[in-house]
Amino acid sequence: MKCRKCTQKAIINMRQHKLALCKEHYPEWIVAQTKKTIERYHMFTVQDKVLVAVSGGKDSLSLWDILWQLGYQADGLYISLGIDGGFGYSLESKRRTEQFSQARGLTLQIADVPETYGEGIPEMAQRTLRGRGKPCSVCGLVKRHIMNQAARQGGYTVLVTGHNLDDEAATLFGNTLTWNAGYLQRQDPVLPARHAGLVRKAKPLFRIYEREMTAYALVRGIEYIYEECPFVAGSKSIYYKELLNQIEADRPGAKLSFFLSFLQARENGLFAVATEEENTGAGGEALFTCPGCGQPTTVPELCTFCRLVGAKQDSP
Amino acid sequence: MVKIRIRKEEYEVRAGMTLRHALEKIGINREAVIAIRQGEIITDDEQLEEGDEIRLVAAISGGV
Repeated sequence: MKCRKCTQKAIINMRQHKLALCKEHYPEWIVAQTKKTIERYHMFTVQDKVLVAVSGGKDSLSLWDILWQLGYQADGLYISLGIDGGFGYSLESKRRTEQFSQARGLTLQIADVPETYGEGIPEMAQRTLRGRGKPCSVCGLVKRHIMNQAARQGGYTVLVTGHNLDDEAATLFGNTLTWNAGYLQRQDPVLPARHAGLVRKAKPLFRIYEREMTAYALVRGIEYIYEECPFVAGSKSIYYKELLNQIEADRPGAKLSFFLSFLQARENGLFAVATEEENTGAGGEALFTCPGCGQPTTVPELCTFCRLVGAKQDSP
Repeated sequence: MVKIRIRKEEYEVRAGMTLRHALEKIGINREAVIAIRQGEIITDDEQLEEGDEIRLVAAISGGV
C-alpha cells in the first residue's frame, strides 16, 4: 500500500478516512489534525497557558509532543500514584515522563500522592468503600482533584488530557448502556470552568483513534510505558473498547460516527440543554465551594476528595 | 514459518499469507494492534515471508 501523498510505502491505513500515509507524512497529518481540532472546538490559543496531564503513556506523551511542535505554551503534570504492581509501575512511568521532558527541554511538575497524603492509591482504595476491590474510582477522583489544583495554583488557563476517540467512545458506550443522563450531558471534548475553583478542560485528541496514537508514538520514537496499570485488567473501559473494535473491524468509521453523532445529537437538542451558567453543573445542579480545598462540590460541605484524605485521620 | 509476538504470547503462521489473514487466523482484531517488522510499521495488506518475525504492539489501554 502506498502513501496517498507520495510514492513511499504506507505505514498506516486509516480505513475510516480512506487514507494511507507513510512514516514521513503520517506524523505531520496527526499534528495538523490536532491543530484543526484545537481551533475548530475553540479549545485554547497560543496565548493560553496550558497544563498537560501526562501519565507516561502513549497518548499523553504524544499530545505533549504535538503541542510542543505546534508552539503552544504547554507544561506537563505527572501524578505519582504510588502503584507498584510488582514492576514499579509508578516509578517507571515517572522515569519515562522525566526522560521525555528533559529531551525536549519542557517543564514538568510532579505531584507525589504518597508523599503528600501519606499513602498511595492502593492504600486509599483499601481504606474506603468507594475503592474496595477496584481502586480505579478512587484513582480517578484523586487525579481529577490534583490536576485541577495544580492548574489553579500554577495559573494555567486550560488543562488538557490525552483522551483519544476510543476513550471517549467507550465512555459514551458505557453511559448509553445505563442511559446515565447526567454523564451524557457532561461528556464533552471541552469542559468550561463552571465554578471559580475549576479550570477549563480540553481533549485535543478526541477525534483520533487509539491505534493511530500508538502508531504516532512509535513513529516519533516516544518511549512510553508499554505496561498497563496493574489494576486495569478486566476493566469495563477495556471491555467496551474491544466490543467497539469488533464493530469497527466490520464497519470502518463506526466508532468515530458513534461519538460525533452523539455530539451532534446533543447540539440538536436530543438531551436537555446543558446550562452555561456559572456555579451550575452541566446537569443544572448547584455547585458549592468546598471549605477544605476551594474546588466545586455538589453538596454544601467538604467535597469527596477532602473527605477521602481527611477520613484517614478518623479511621482506626 | 512466521512468528508473531504480542506481549508474552507467541504464534506461528505459514508464510505467504497477508498480515490481515494471519491476524484473523490467530484471532487478533486488526483494529487493536500495530504490527512491526524489522523495526518498521507495516500495513495489514503486507505479505508475510518465510522467517519473518512480527511484533504486535497492543493499542488498547484503559482505566479511568
